[in-house]
Parts: sequence; structure tokens; C-alpha cells
Amino acid sequence: MTQTVAQSAEEISDGAPQVQRDGAMRQSRQGPSFLMALPAVLFFGIFALIPLLGVLVLSFMSWDGLGSPEFIGLDNWVRMFERDQTMSSLWLTFVFVVICFVFQAPVALLLGVFMAGAQRYRALLSVLFFLPLLFSSVAVGITFQQLFSPNYGISSALPFDWLPSQWLGNPDIALYVVVFVVGWCFVPFHSLLYQAGVRQIPVSLYEAATIDGAGRVRQFFSITLPQLRYTAITSSTLMLVGSLTYFDLVFVLTQGGPGSATRILPLDMYISGFRNYDMGGASVLAVILVAVGLTLSLLLNKISGSSKMESDKAGM
Amino acid sequence: MSHRTITNKAAAGVAAAALLSLTACGGGNGGGGANAWVLTGGGWPAVEADFESWNEQNEDQQISVESFENDAYKERIRTVVGSGEAPTLVMSWTGGALLDYVEGDRVVDMTEETEELRDSMHESVWQNGEVDGSVYAVPMNDVQPVVLYFNQEVFDEVGVEVPQTWSDVEDAIEAFEAEGVTPFSLAGGSVWPALMWLQYLTDRHGGEGAFASVVEGEEDAWSNESILFALEQIQWLADNGGFDETFTSVTADQNEDARLLAEGEAAMLLQGSWVYATVHEDFPDFAESGDFGFTEFPALEDGQGDPSNIVGNPANFWSISADASEEDQDAAMNYLTEHLFNEETVETMLEQGSLPPLEGIEDQIAETEDADFLEFSNQLVSDANHFQLSWDQAVAPDQEQPLMENLENILLGSITPEEFAENMNALQN
Repeated sequence: MTQTVAQSAEEISDGAPQVQRDGAMRQSRQGPSFLMALPAVLFFGIFALIPLLGVLVLSFMSWDGLGSPEFIGLDNWVRMFERDQTMSSLWLTFVFVVICFVFQAPVALLLGVFMAGAQRYRALLSVLFFLPLLFSSVAVGITFQQLFSPNYGISSALPFDWLPSQWLGNPDIALYVVVFVVGWCFVPFHSLLYQAGVRQIPVSLYEAATIDGAGRVRQFFSITLPQLRYTAITSSTLMLVGSLTYFDLVFVLTQGGPGSATRILPLDMYISGFRNYDMGGASVLAVILVAVGLTLSLLLNKISGSSKMESDKAGM
Repeated sequence: MSHRTITNKAAAGVAAAALLSLTACGGGNGGGGANAWVLTGGGWPAVEADFESWNEQNEDQQISVESFENDAYKERIRTVVGSGEAPTLVMSWTGGALLDYVEGDRVVDMTEETEELRDSMHESVWQNGEVDGSVYAVPMNDVQPVVLYFNQEVFDEVGVEVPQTWSDVEDAIEAFEAEGVTPFSLAGGSVWPALMWLQYLTDRHGGEGAFASVVEGEEDAWSNESILFALEQIQWLADNGGFDETFTSVTADQNEDARLLAEGEAAMLLQGSWVYATVHEDFPDFAESGDFGFTEFPALEDGQGDPSNIVGNPANFWSISADASEEDQDAAMNYLTEHLFNEETVETMLEQGSLPPLEGIEDQIAETEDADFLEFSNQLVSDANHFQLSWDQAVAPDQEQPLMENLENILLGSITPEEFAENMNALQN
């Protein structure tokens, strides 16, 4: 999850100077020196830009890992776009991203709001909710694999006949099961973001609302939600781009199976490259992923209007 | 363009980069001195120990060892061999990968140097390291034939005999079904255990020639009637209660298939010889109950194949990198001819219950704790007319993944045997 950390850092630093600039004390622009960004820029150049260019070049070449790559023009691109699996993986990735978002976003929001409150046992429950984030995804994958085992898993342990006996082995539901496990892992992280967001909302807003006679539900929709909108943008961007490129847990759980029922694009890229030894084709998929990922983040920024983000607390 | 959009692009770039780091690969010989890459787990620590003892005895011909997890090794070895950065000793499962190495002149011909070594080994295993009559790889660890394990208690309860022929199998399935017992445990979720079925059934039906034409790259070789027969039988077993209802969800990673056998949920299990050790380790009660049995794959009454033929992993093999310096190649060659399967190593292997591919070790086997199983598999290997390497290793590397995918679709019932053949034929070259 390197990208998650990197991007959240970016989002946070992105907001900070803005608040200052548009705040009461309007300063002339004199941010930190570019030199301070140098280590990050170097790191980014060596480990991101150069490999990225390498992959772009490789996407025009035929290479099976042995021998030397051979330039073949657009052949890889034509071949990968004519391949059924590419289209079905793209579609599957789209579905995966959407249902990951639909599942994670509301749960994370509600949990975050809950965790920011002062209820009984809140601290204890928060620790429990937070735990999945600490586990290694391989361990989580193997454990869930066991839980979903038809013979020794939850289906045989619980006395409910309506539970399906096949979870990961059934092509019709495997994707949803994977989405659930991925959500289980990542909801805590997003809850944490929301918790921090809620804690920043001035209590005076709630006090005023209470005096005006607003109930809890009304307060949630009229104060909490609007105040959380920047947190929501950060969280959603991470969620969408994160699930677009998500790999490890899906790989451990299903390896893209059964059949190709959970073969999302990152897995398809891996399988094409390292199982089929088609480095050129895999590079095409990688470039597609980069392009879609970039477009998605830029689009989110545009839609959310983050370029004109304003302080929520002006005048308070 | 504002400063912000640039950072946003950069952020997205970081995300993309994290993904692309997956495709980055490195490795190679650190320069100076011979080296070898081995795997982790199983009997591999013993291989590492073997190199240590070599290094102690040969100050001037040191071989350094690095270990890799199975998948990580497979991903890496191909690119380092291709870029001339291979370790001096290149381990492979032979098959299509070795063929590629030989065609690219990446490994050395060692026919002459290994003549003596050859005489000490089972011919059916040794053959796998040959390409066009020359030796490019030599066996370096235990033989792993696929055998049929069974639970005698279940057979006694239902009152049938362990099947010797395919019609016995058909009768047994009916009898087991009536009693609500699964005849065969199969980890269909992992797919590769189903490949053992495909290989045995093809071989029993048409002999080793059926698959040989696939490896030789013949056109439409996958449409061979024996392969189609095997695929049909697998689907028949799946549809007629031969396997557990949920077998496509059972995986071999955590030995769930062996557990079904050990707990009497299933009567039989077709698996590699390593499962013998697994059962002893994970299900000691069953292993010592006297009900844990093993036998050969049933014969097919009117099949063309030799019933002595076996399938599995003949062994892992060492090749010597042609890109290594002459000095390093010498060190590696000396290790192979002087040290491989030395007395100490053979003893350790037998103690661990693994079978070296050597001729004339019957007496040593008889003294071991697992004598019955080792004797059985040793007999199986020395009697075998042909030892078929696992198909996923035998086919050209770019066919491996499609083979597993199409087989998975056969198990799921989403394609017919004819479609399987059609899909695979398209990749013949």
C-alpha cells in the first residue's frame, strides 16, 4: 500500500497551505524551499518515473523473459485489446472498484463517526475495529480461505442451511466475497480518517444546533456530513485508486479464480507477465492501469473541486 | 497549469509506480565465485546443508547458496537466465523451460562428464534431463511420483475392495455414493491436483505418446482422443459423485484434501508422494492407525497405455549456466560429479522419508522408518516404463498458465473437452 501512504501525505500537505493562504492572514507565497522536496523527487524519479518509462517502452516490444526484447510496434496493443480477457478484466475491475466503494465508504463513515464520539466502551471497540489494519494481507488471505472452506469453514461450523457451502469456489459470488474481505481490511483505515475529521468539527456547531432544536439525525446530515466533505474526498480518492490497483489479498484468496471470476486487471497483468511470460502484453496492461488511475484521480479532483477548497472554519 | 495539478499528477504517478514495482525484477550473480539458487521448505534445507559440507571440504571451490520461495524463484530465474546473469547452478523442473534454455545456449552440455552419475540413477528419471540425446540437466533431489492413497477403514465400512482397474473404480463410486462417502478427495480449487488425473487417465488410455506429440509441437495435438477421453472422465467423475460436491472450493495449500481422507470423509486421494509425509505430520492418528494405504493408479482395461507408467515430478534438476566463468563452471561440475547424492545426503533424505532417484539402495531403504512407503515408491519408479513429468512443467512456458486455466474451466464444467482442445491447440507452435 505504498501509494496509499504517499497519496495521503500528498493530500494532507495539499490542504495545509491552502488553509493558511485563504485564512485571515493572507500571506505572500513563500512556501518551503524546493530543496526540501529533492529527496522525494529523486526517489520518485528513480523508483517511479524511470520504471514507468521502461514499461511504456516494453509495451511496444515482444519479450518472453529469455533472450532480448524485440521491437514490434503496436502489435501488443492490438493483441491485448482484441483479447477477451482484457475486456472482461477491465469490466471486472470496474465492478470491483464500484462495489468496494459502495461497501467501504458508508461503513467507514459510520464507524468513524461512532469512534469519534464519547459512548461507553468506545475506546475498546475502536481498538477492535482497528485491528484488521495491523494484520499482514497474506495472513488475512489465508485465514479467510480457511474460514470459507466448504468442509472445515463457517458453512460447516454454523447450523444455518442457507449459508452457501462454496464461497471462493463459486464463480457467481467469489468477487463479492473478495470485496468483503478487502473491505474488512481497509474499512479501519478510512474510519480512522473520518474519526480524525469528526474530531475537528467545532463542538459549538453542535451546541448551536441543539439550541435550535435539531435532533441527532438532523445534526449528522446538516453538520457532520458537510464538515467531513474534504475527509470524504481524501478517503474516496484513496479508496477508488487503491482498489483499482489492488493486488495482494485477491491474489492470495483466489489467484483470480475460479476460472477468471476475480481476475481484475492488476492480477491479469501479473499473470500475463509472470505466468505467461508475455512481458510486452503485461506492460500494455500496466500502462492501461496507469492511464486509468491517473484519469480517475484527476477526475476526482476536478469533480470534488479540491482546487478551490476553502476553509470550513472561516469566521469561527 | 497550476502547482496543484502537478502534485496531483505526481500523486497518481506514485500510485502507479507502486503497482509497477511489481514488474520490476532484479537478481543475478553478485560476481565472483560459483553460486546456486535453491528453494525454501520441504527437503531444501538439506540441499543447503549439502552445499555447506561441500564448501567445508573444498576451500578453493566455494559455492554460495541463496534460497527463494517457489513462486518468487520461478518469476526470477527466467529473466536472469535470459539476461546472462544466471546463478552457476540453474535449478529447473526440466520440460519446456529446460528446452528454452538449451535452445538459447544458456546451459552447458554435460553428457561426457556425467556418464558415471548416469549409471547410478533410475533411467526413467534421468531421461528428463536430456534434450536431443545430450544431457543438460541432472536430477538433484527426491523422486516424487503421484500415487493413490486410501483409507482402509472406509473401504471396510462400505464393503468394497481398493480398485485395481477402472471398472472397479466405477463400481466403487456407486457403492460409496450409496453410503454417502466421497470416493475421491480432490483439491479442485488448486487445480494442479486435477492435472494428475488428466495425466494418468491420458497415459492409461493412450500411452505416453499421446502427450509427447503435444511437447513436440504437433498441430492439433491436444485433440488426441486419449486427452479428450481423460477430460471426459474427469467431467464424468465431477458430475457423478466421483469427487466431493464442493471440490472446486477445496484447496491443497492447507492440505484440506489430505484431511478429508484422514477423517474418513473421502475414501481415496490421488496426490504426490510428499503427501505421505504430510499425513504423518498433520494427521498422526490416521497415519498410525494402519488404515492409511497407498497403491498405483488403476489400470484401464482396454487402454493402450502401459500400467507401469507413472506421473509426477521425476525430481528437480541442476543445469550449469553457460554464462558463468569457466572457473565457476568447473566448481559446479565438480560438485555435481563428486558430491551429489553422497552417502550422508542419501542417509538424510531417507530419514526424511524422501526417495533419491538412485539404483541399488534397497538395503538402505529397508532399514528406514518409512520402509514400506519408500519401498513401494522405489519399486514404482524402477519398474516404470515411463515417468511423465507434470504437464505444466513439460509444456512450453507460455502454455503453462492457459493449460491450468482451461483445466479449471473443465472442473467448473464451463467448457467441454473439445473446447479445451481447441483453446490449447491455438497455442501449439
